[in-house]
Formats: sequence, structure tokens, C-alpha cells
Amino acid sequence: MEVKAKNAKEQKQGVLKRIAGPVVTAVNLDAHMYDVVKVGKEELMGEVIKIQGDSVIIQVYEDTSGIRPGEPVSNTGLSLAVELGPGLLTSIYDGIQRPLEVLVKKMGNFIERGVTAPGLSHEKKWTFKPLVKAGDKVEPGAILGEVQETNIVHRVMLPPNVKSGVVKTIKSGDFTIDEIICVLDDGREYPMLQRWPVRVPRPVREKKNPTIPLITGQRILDGLFPIAKGGTAAIPGPFGSGKTVTQQQLAKWSDAEIVVYIGCGERGNEMTEVLTEFPHLEDPKSGKPLMERTVLIANTSNMPVAAREASVYTGITIAEYFRDMGYDVSLMADSTSRWAEAMREISSRLEEMPGEEGYPAYLAARLSEFYERAGLVETLNGASGSVSVIGAVSPPGGDFSEPVTQNTLRIVKVFWALDAKLSQRRHFPAINWLNSYSLYLEALQDYYDKEVSPEWNKLRSWAMEVLQKEAELQEIVQLVGSDALPESEQVTIEVARMIREIFLQQNAYDAVDTFCDMKKQYDMMKAIKTFADLAYAAQLAGVSPAQIIGVKAKNELPQIKFIKDYKPELAKIEKQMDAEFNTLRSAA
Amino acid sequence: MKEYRTISKIAGPLVFVEKTEPVAYQELVNIVLYDGTIKRGQVLDTSDDLVVVQIFETTTGIGKDSGVRFTGETIKMPVGKDMLGRILSGGGKPIDGGPEIVPEKRLDITGAAINPYARGMPADFIQTGISTIDGTNTLVRGQKLPIFSAAGLPHNNVALQIARQAKVPGSTETFAVVFAAMGITKEEANYFMQDFERTGALERAVVFLNLADDPAVERIITPRLALTTAEYLAFELGMHVLVILTDMTNYCEALRQIGAAREEVPGRRGYPGYMYTDHACIYERAGMIKGKKGSVTQIPILTMPGDDITHPIPDLTGYITEGQIVVNRDLHRKGIYPPINVLPSLSRLMNLGIGKGKTREDHKKVSDQMYAGYAEGNDLRGLVAIVGKDALSERDRLLLEFADLFESRFVRQGYDEDRSIEDTLTIGWDILSTLPVEQLTRIDRDLINKYHPKIKTSAKKE
Repeated sequence: MEVKAKNAKEQKQGVLKRIAGPVVTAVNLDAHMYDVVKVGKEELMGEVIKIQGDSVIIQVYEDTSGIRPGEPVSNTGLSLAVELGPGLLTSIYDGIQRPLEVLVKKMGNFIERGVTAPGLSHEKKWTFKPLVKAGDKVEPGAILGEVQETNIVHRVMLPPNVKSGVVKTIKSGDFTIDEIICVLDDGREYPMLQRWPVRVPRPVREKKNPTIPLITGQRILDGLFPIAKGGTAAIPGPFGSGKTVTQQQLAKWSDAEIVVYIGCGERGNEMTEVLTEFPHLEDPKSGKPLMERTVLIANTSNMPVAAREASVYTGITIAEYFRDMGYDVSLMADSTSRWAEAMREISSRLEEMPGEEGYPAYLAARLSEFYERAGLVETLNGASGSVSVIGAVSPPGGDFSEPVTQNTLRIVKVFWALDAKLSQRRHFPAINWLNSYSLYLEALQDYYDKEVSPEWNKLRSWAMEVLQKEAELQEIVQLVGSDALPESEQVTIEVARMIREIFLQQNAYDAVDTFCDMKKQYDMMKAIKTFADLAYAAQLAGVSPAQIIGVKAKNELPQIKFIKDYKPELAKIEKQMDAEFNTLRSAA
Repeated sequence: MKEYRTISKIAGPLVFVEKTEPVAYQELVNIVLYDGTIKRGQVLDTSDDLVVVQIFETTTGIGKDSGVRFTGETIKMPVGKDMLGRILSGGGKPIDGGPEIVPEKRLDITGAAINPYARGMPADFIQTGISTIDGTNTLVRGQKLPIFSAAGLPHNNVALQIARQAKVPGSTETFAVVFAAMGITKEEANYFMQDFERTGALERAVVFLNLADDPAVERIITPRLALTTAEYLAFELGMHVLVILTDMTNYCEALRQIGAAREEVPGRRGYPGYMYTDHACIYERAGMIKGKKGSVTQIPILTMPGDDITHPIPDLTGYITEGQIVVNRDLHRKGIYPPINVLPSLSRLMNLGIGKGKTREDHKKVSDQMYAGYAEGNDLRGLVAIVGKDALSERDRLLLEFADLFESRFVRQGYDEDRSIEDTLTIGWDILSTLPVEQLTRIDRDLINKYHPKIKTSAKKE
């Protein structure tokens, strides 16, 4: 197996010396950094995070109340690893891949401690269909066969860090994940199950630059600030600005093939909402339940802080595993600030010298290591797969100058700035169009030209210009009132209002508006541009801004959002718009 | 039980004991003074040679000659059915002159986290009778919705009005109230008690009182005792429990005090770095469990130092709780009760509890429309101060008037006024109907035709 015990000999038992919260000290223990250990009589799971002389310092993934000095500590000699194989999809795990559903059965409604449960079912049989035959040469990471897991095909691979070989026998039929399905001619045997240490990125052949957008169905994201498949994005915002709703919208509607959603130190009720809602939602493309492509990791804020630290690694390792099969995976981490706080808490218990605002000095390094595990890659078996990472950030007081936001922004390519002012007026998604940015625009231009419309890139720049212009004009309006503006600029203000209210605002709770495909986005923006062109022309012809603002057809435009087959209605509105402007112009 | 006389250091609320047998982390400790008084504490740090104990009361009278007894168990709360109607100290001892609680169970006060998979989805609308909550920031069973207030504002009245009026329409079950006071004055406590007695709420309440002159460190366990009781009432006895915690700011001060005494590396403004996790372990003890009848709904109250919502206490709270109700000084100065500013207020679970079959189909959209109108009208007030009302366009003038109407009709109500959700939405439509119909972009045509007071009646006439 890929995860080997570092010392095959019987490990010596250590003894607990000191307990203070989630960090404990043991002595007389042979240990290497990040070994998984069992702490105390109840065998709580922990991980070695510091070695100092005879003392080994351990972070414990479970509550340590009631543990005494003198209790035993044993080293498993293994790194913290996840189980990878059929059965991952539709699962709900805690931060260290214990399935929450199994835990309910084992210990009831509350999370007690000292209970272990494997990440995957070792009893369930899966139908394995081989794709290689005896005599085939297989490289590390090669696809040996497949299992129909949900509506997703699970490709069973040779582990990535073994030598290549020649297939001696390969089986076909129903197997558990532990049964041997493939034997190589040098006698090595492989089951479907792989174990991989979470803190080590899974290897790939080559990392490539992303060129295809991750379509999310959210107008402000796809339209103005797109993220590429294999890209990274951050959503920082104060509480109540809609981070979680945005993350959940992405988990629901983004056109990735696999979604990994990490609820890291967040609210229990919100996770329940996801758990209750997802099985009933349908993928807009395949019509299958969204849950079938989803893996959820829920380590809520009151669950142990060390497991929260691990949850992000658990999630990204699972994402990489599916990427290696050649899938496009998107990973949502809500919220990376809680992850950073978990690091801070552990670091302060270790009495390490703090960096900025009490965060450990290695905060920036850990964040960049994490985001760097995203990317569009050529996998070891030659397929193309990607992991897109979208991290929510919860800056204290909504102040973006704090260390987690700043260190994140240095790495990620897309920045969706949430704004409390917008959410207060119920402008959702409350993403500020002036502060946000996407560095993928150029890379994605070709895609939009080909797949949406050759006009799209121009329309987008036009909309951004209008919004920028409006921001400048608003400053003047604040001082002198809107009537003092030149007439053409009064029209600009009206057009900007339309872009904001019609295009940018989107109702996540409306059955139709919750997802808007690129074609409809284009049509909507195009309709606004048509209005703008007619309005400027009319204004030049002497029509007053008040008359332009009074055009009735434009009031119908917002209704388009809520109509599924919007085209006939849109055509009607555009026709009426034309007619109204004609009347106005001939009267002027 | 072994008694140690090996205290080596006493600093603030902490006592350091040397050369003990193995002592468990978080174990309950009794310290025996020279005159026989017993003080209670809890183990914060344990090792072979030194144990750090945090004392829940003052350390007055503790000396190197005091005896230390380790009880061998973590802190437990005796709970029983006869707790309803009782008044207990912040440490859980009866102070109403009644008998000791007859324990049916002794529960660990730390409380384990509810497995997210076992949680029930909160979806039952709670009608508080306050329009700014029911209409625009709806509370649901199992939610944790704090009141962000500041010194000198009537947050206690708001909390009491909620406790008094809260009900689930169509259900005859009443809420049991668990009230935990942390560091509030005797006067404030009396105010709560009198109101509970006046309305008969005391019979179905359990009260924990840690007053301003009670030991600060005791405040650390008061909310935990209260929530352990609430969980027992909800998940073992099947009651719907409303927990009021006041004032969380005092709790945080106590937390900071202990952090400082332990010489920990402080986080923001001297509060400990683990305050988020600590708060989460309190607030997350709200919710429902699949297959169980009861629920725990939390209304913590906190006073924002200097009215500053970015202060670490409201900030961390807002990141954990499912929204917040913000009490505002400007509205209070205008003489509006309840002075709830809806703009920074939020209920994250609102959408789960409203809509067709729960409140009314138009609820969400009416709420959104009022928000949009009030936010814009409120902004215009700044502009009017500069350019005067005459310079406004017709649209802006109507929005400005809407903002005034919203405050005087929708927000303002009596301390004893219990509005049904129908009343609240009717007021909402009344004030929205002062705006031109085409400006109501957040509401679909069908709903406008059905509920808009002007269109509805004209449709009938035809």
C-alpha cells in the first residue's frame, strides 16, 4: 500500500505527561512528524505536531476532558490518511473522514469520542469491470477498470506512487474494496481501495493553464468575474453578506462533474440544510440528483478544533483522487478563516512565536500550499482533469486588510468581494462589482467567442464601463442631486440601474432564476444594451431623460428572470421598447 | 478522598497545585479553606508535576494552607423535571429558598456536539408578534438569533416581549424559557423576574442568576448549565425551549480575565484566540434532532462596546449565529419602540420558515421589497440634508416618505402589542402601496394583483 508504517517493528508505548485542551504531551514515544497516534485509554485519535527532546506534542482530534497524565499513548506509525475508493460519493464525513451517518448509528445523536469508523464501507460489494487485460503493461495511476458508483463512473486506478508492471491476472465481478482485483507479474496485489496521506499532494504528469470557464449559472460570476476550471477563487465578506449562500449556489449549479463541499468550522444548521436539500435537487444537465456527484465534509464550529484543521486536507485529497480519474472537480471550503483560526489556536497552545494578529508565521505558506493543489492537469494516465478551489474567507469586522484575506488574495486568481452594504439592501448576490476581479478573462476569451457569442466580450466590457461610470456619477449625485447631471449622464445612471437590478441581482430561492445559463445571460445583457442604444439615440433626438425613464417596456424586463422559456416574452418586450421609443422620438 | 496541601501559586482566579497523582483534564476540584468553606474549581492544565485549577468564585481566603480535593469527575449538572419554576445561582445552586433539585440525571455540562447528520432542519415559524422580526427577520424553532444592542438601549424589553409572545401559530404548545443572567445588575434581574411573575411565565421557566457582584469566573459555567438544562428539557422531555442568555459581553470579559491570568498569547483586543471555538460551543447548542420532539432556540443578548458591530464580541458571534437583530440608538432617540434597525439585521433561517403553508406566499418578496425601499430611502436622507427636498425627483421623494412610513408604521409598535403575521404583512403592503406599482420590481405580478391594496380593490370593483 502507499501508506507504509515507518517502523514495521512493534511500536513502543508512550506515556501522557501533560494535557491542556486539544494539545497533549507524551514521553517515551518513538514518533515521526505527523504520525497518527492513539491517546489515552479511550484511544482518542491524534497527530504528532512537534517533537522536542523526549517529549512528543500531539494534537488530539477529539475532546480531551477526563484524560489523565500517565495514560498510555501508542503510535500507529502511519500518517493521517483517507480511504479512497468506491463509496465516497454521497457520503458525509467529519474532518478526519469518519462517516457521520455511521457515527449516528454507533453513538447516537451527539458526537461522543473514542469511536472510530472507516471512511468507506468494507462490506459493500461493487461490480468491477476491468479495462485492462492480462499481459497489459500498467503505469502508476493507470486505470484498471471501472465501477458504476452512482450515475458517476468510478475509475479504479493503480496507486500513483508504485512501480509500473505487467498485469498477470485481473478479475471481473462483485468485490468489496478490500478484495484483490489485480495481480501484477511480480506478485504485487491490488484491491480497489487506496489510502493516501492527506498532507501530501497526489502526483500528476503536468500542470496546465486553464482555458475553460467553470459555468456556475450565477450571472455576476459567469458574466463579469468568471473562474476557470482548475482555477482558484476567494469569497471574502463580513458575516451576513452571503458567503455561504454563494458557496452553496456554486456547489449546486457549477458544471463540475464532482463537487467536494467542506463545511469547516461553520454552523450545524447550515450543514443540515445542505444535507436535507441536496438529495432533492437535480443537476440541470443530467437531471440526476445533485447529491450523487457530491462529497460533503462537515466539521462544525463546535466539533474538535484539530479535526477542523485536518478537514481541509481531507477534502482536497478526495478532490485530487477524482481529478486523477479525469474528472472536473470543484471544491468549496467554507470557511478558510476558521481553518486559519484552528491553526492559530493550535499554534498558541504550542506557545509558538506568533506572527500577525496571533496567526502562526507559517499561515501564508499553508494557504498557498493548499490553493496550489488546485489546477488543470494531465493526470498520470494521460487524461485531463481539474480541481477548482473556491475558498470563503470570513474577515473579522469585514476588514479585508487582515492576514487571512491578504495572504489568500496573493495566491488566488479570482476575487469575489462581498459587500455588507449590498446585502443590507437585499442586493443578492452581494458581490461588489467594483472591487471584484478575475484574472482569467483573457484566457477565457476564446471560449466565450466560440461558445456564447463573438459579441460577448464586448458586451461585458461595456457593462463594466457603465458600472464604473455610474460609481463616478454617484459621487456627484450625492453632492448636487441627480437633476443637476447632464441629460446623457442621467440616462447612464438609469442604464446602470438596469444592469444592477436586472442582470446582477439574482434570486437564489427562485426556481428559475437560481440558475441562468450563458445563452440567457447573453440575451439579457443584450436586451439592456439595446435599451441603452435606443435611449442615447432618443436623448440626442431631444427626448427628455424623464420620458426615457418612463418607458414602460423596460419595467417588464426584470420579469424575464423568472420565466423559463423567456424568448417569446423577451421578443415582445424588445418590440414594445422599439415602438415606445419611436413614438417618443417622433413627438420630440 | 485525598486532600493535597501543595498549592504553590495563586494568581487571579487560578490556583497552581504541585505533586499530585494523575488528575484528569477538566476535572471538578473542591478547595477547602481553613474555616471549612468549600470553593469549586476546574482543571485547566494537568501534568505530572503541576496542575492548574480555575476557581469559579473569588480566591479570597485561599492560601498555601488550603486543602485541594480532586473529585475524579468532570462538572455535572443535576437535572430533573421539577426544575421548571426554579431560580438557581449562576453556579446551579437553588437560591429561591426551595429544596435542592431532585436529580433524575446528572449531565456533563460541556455538552457534546450534535452530529450534523442527526440534526433536524429548523422550519417552524415562531411568531414573536414583533413586525421587524416576524416580517423581515423571521425566527424559527431551533435557531440561534442574538440581539446586538448597546448600553442604554431597551434590549431587555425586546427579549421579554419575545419570551412573552413567542408561539408557533396553529400549535398549542408553549415555550419553556431558560433564562441565564451573566453579570447583570440586581435591578435588571428584578425587572426580568417581575415580568416573568406578572405574566405567569415563571412557572415554565428555569432561571440562572449570576449577578454583577457574583464571581466573574462563575459566568464561564452559567451558560453551560443553562444549556445543559435546556437540552434536557428539549431532547429528553420533548419541550420547545427558548434560551435567553444575557449579557454575553460579560461572559467574554470573564473569558479574557482567565486568559490573562494564564498568561496566554492574546488575540484581538486581548480576548483569547480560542474565543470563536468557545462561543461556538455555546451557540451551537441550539437546534433540533431528527426524530425528537423538542427544540432549543437561543436568543443571546450582547451589548456592543461603543456601539461597534466590528468589535470582536459581536463579530465572532455574528459568524456563528444564524443572523442578528440589531437594536439601534438613532431609532431609540426618535422614540421608536422596538428600535430595531432592519438593515444590518438578518435571519439566515428565515427562508426555511416562511412562504406558502408556513406564513404566506408573498412574505419573502414583501420583505425584500421593503428592505430595498427602506435602504434607498434611508440613503436619500443624507442627500436631502445637503440639497433639500425640492431637488429630489418624484421617485426619490416617494422613497424618502416610504422610509419614514416604514419606521413609524412598520417598526413602531407597543410593548404589549402582539401582531399576527397577517397584520404585519398587511402593514407591509399598506406602506408599499405608497410607491408606484412599477417600482415594486421584487414582487411578481401575480402577487401584486392578489395582495396590493389599491389593485386588489380596483380589480374587485370591475
